[in-house]
Amino acid sequence: MTTLQAARLVFGREIRAKLRDKAFIFSTVSFLVVLIASIAIPAMLNSGPTKVAVVDSAAVAPLRAAQLDVREIADPAAAERLLRDGEVDAVVLPGPKVVAMEDAPSEVLNALSTVPPVELLDPPPFDEFIAIFVPLALAMLCYITSLLFGLQIAQSVVEEKQTRIVEILVATIPARALLAGKIAAMTTLAFAQIALLSVIALVGTTVADLDAGVISALRPALGWFLPFFILGFVMLATLWAAVGALAARQEDLGSTSGTVQMAVLIPFFAVLFLRDNSTALTALSYFPLSSPMAMPIRIFENSAAAWEPFLALAVLALSAAGMLVIGARIYHGSLLRTNGKTSFATAWRTRVTTG
Amino acid sequence: MVMTTVLNVEAVNRSFGDRQVLKDVSFTVDSGRLTGFVGANGAGKTTTMRIILGVLAADTGTVTWRGNPISKNDRQLFGYMPEERGLYPKMTVGEQVVYLGRLHGLSAADAKRRTTALLERLELAERAGDPVEKLSLGNQQRAQIAAALVHDPELLVLDEPFSGLDPIAVETVLAVLRERARTGAAVLFSSHQLELVERLCDDLVIIADGTVRAAGSRAGLREQHALPRFRIEVDGDAGWLRDEPGVTLLELDGAQAVFDLTAGADEQAVLRAALGRGPVRAFGPVRPSLAEIFREVIQ
Repeated sequence: MTTLQAARLVFGREIRAKLRDKAFIFSTVSFLVVLIASIAIPAMLNSGPTKVAVVDSAAVAPLRAAQLDVREIADPAAAERLLRDGEVDAVVLPGPKVVAMEDAPSEVLNALSTVPPVELLDPPPFDEFIAIFVPLALAMLCYITSLLFGLQIAQSVVEEKQTRIVEILVATIPARALLAGKIAAMTTLAFAQIALLSVIALVGTTVADLDAGVISALRPALGWFLPFFILGFVMLATLWAAVGALAARQEDLGSTSGTVQMAVLIPFFAVLFLRDNSTALTALSYFPLSSPMAMPIRIFENSAAAWEPFLALAVLALSAAGMLVIGARIYHGSLLRTNGKTSFATAWRTRVTTG
Repeated sequence: MVMTTVLNVEAVNRSFGDRQVLKDVSFTVDSGRLTGFVGANGAGKTTTMRIILGVLAADTGTVTWRGNPISKNDRQLFGYMPEERGLYPKMTVGEQVVYLGRLHGLSAADAKRRTTALLERLELAERAGDPVEKLSLGNQQRAQIAAALVHDPELLVLDEPFSGLDPIAVETVLAVLRERARTGAAVLFSSHQLELVERLCDDLVIIADGTVRAAGSRAGLREQHALPRFRIEVDGDAGWLRDEPGVTLLELDGAQAVFDLTAGADEQAVLRAALGRGPVRAFGPVRPSLAEIFREVIQ
């Protein structure tokens, strides 16, 4: 049997085990629910056009022109009752005089007043909320998925160590087949989740009727996000496996995985805080630990040249390859040390025969 | 069936830090035979087994399989039961054994067929659908043995296969191991239960402090380590032996006695003396038990 065949068997087992793991299913489903809710709830809260009860017949035409939901009412008292009952958002009395409950209804006021024409010399491509929300959501998605599935890798490595089955496994197949199968399985699951969420986000934003500019900016950003995410995940995956192997029990994971957690956390916050500094964001979009978050943001904001994502992806691929070598060596060097935590240096120096 | 040496451990040394745990360890394992690997805790049994399985590297020395250094493909033909047992706790017994069979290169259909047969043989068939964590310790042990045997290994390496087994399971496992040896597998197992090893093994390797103190067939070792000790049964009382020259009486129970002879004394002279006093019902050398040989060689 070749290493590839062995890795494929490991891959199959890992996927089956995860799909039967209730905790895993629960976390994935709840993540999906949160995402769908975050798209659906604003859309539901935005319950159509402002409703206005109009007593002043002269105000009907301009309000209709502003696409408000206009109800003509003859009796001012009846109009006020509708307002108090929450049936309408505002009442327009003759005068015209606008009556509302708590806030001045700006849409109604705008429709009834003469606003001087405005010309913006540098209009933002889409409104401010979207401009902040989308990059944040991308970075969060990358961060949470990376952490969640990375920890799953570490836990599955510790499980094999803690239950001691690892000794049978490495006596049977090369340790690198075991490592490769495990990483491939978890990357597939993480990617499936990210891809599913991306599709939901695209469909959701289309259904939620966001403006076309947002959707056309989101598509390339999400399209690039997927390959960046995969490579970024694979790069850290071997390290997750390595810190899993350094631990002897699940309880040790907290301390052995600290460095890798930082490797996910620090770039996330760096991207978050330096987002408005274009030099810093450009640098972050090439740095392998942060490029999966920073580059898609730059693409979304249309500030990256066409060749830039390719270069950043190449840098990421090279770093991933280097990290695979380091992670695999640590993983292998500490896999059979079941008495307590193994130090990084000890694992690095350990001699092993099986490849 | 022809027995041949299949596994050859030659002058293996291994240290952990500055502690040398194996010193020039050499022995062979033959196909079709059960080889017992005996030693106190910390003598180096597990380290030796891990080196054979390729889980650990030797500092110097070689391990060969059928005359060649052990390759990845050879290892697929080995079955291993480590001292520290382990299976996936949430996976069912059946799936687990099938999975390990497939890792050893069996096709899916083959792995399933053999798993069913093996679980049947180990009286574990009705638990095949249960996760390992739901099994009793004894049954987990049987599942572990199934995991080591599913691919019909040519070499079985079992580290303390009987620890934790109830007496019935011990008999089942003993029978299964004998079957495997009869069909040509080489079986190397470690144990500190010397009576079990004595019953089961054909060959023996005794290790102490990282060095092999004795190795060979069980009969040969008993021969080799036989003391000048004899048992005699006569009619009447055997108490007269006390006064025979060269005899040290160890046990006396009426007509039966066990005695040692001093070096150079002739047991035939004692026999003749006994015959001169009346009929002799039994007379012969006392072979040392494995426990006695063990105590002697590890000194």
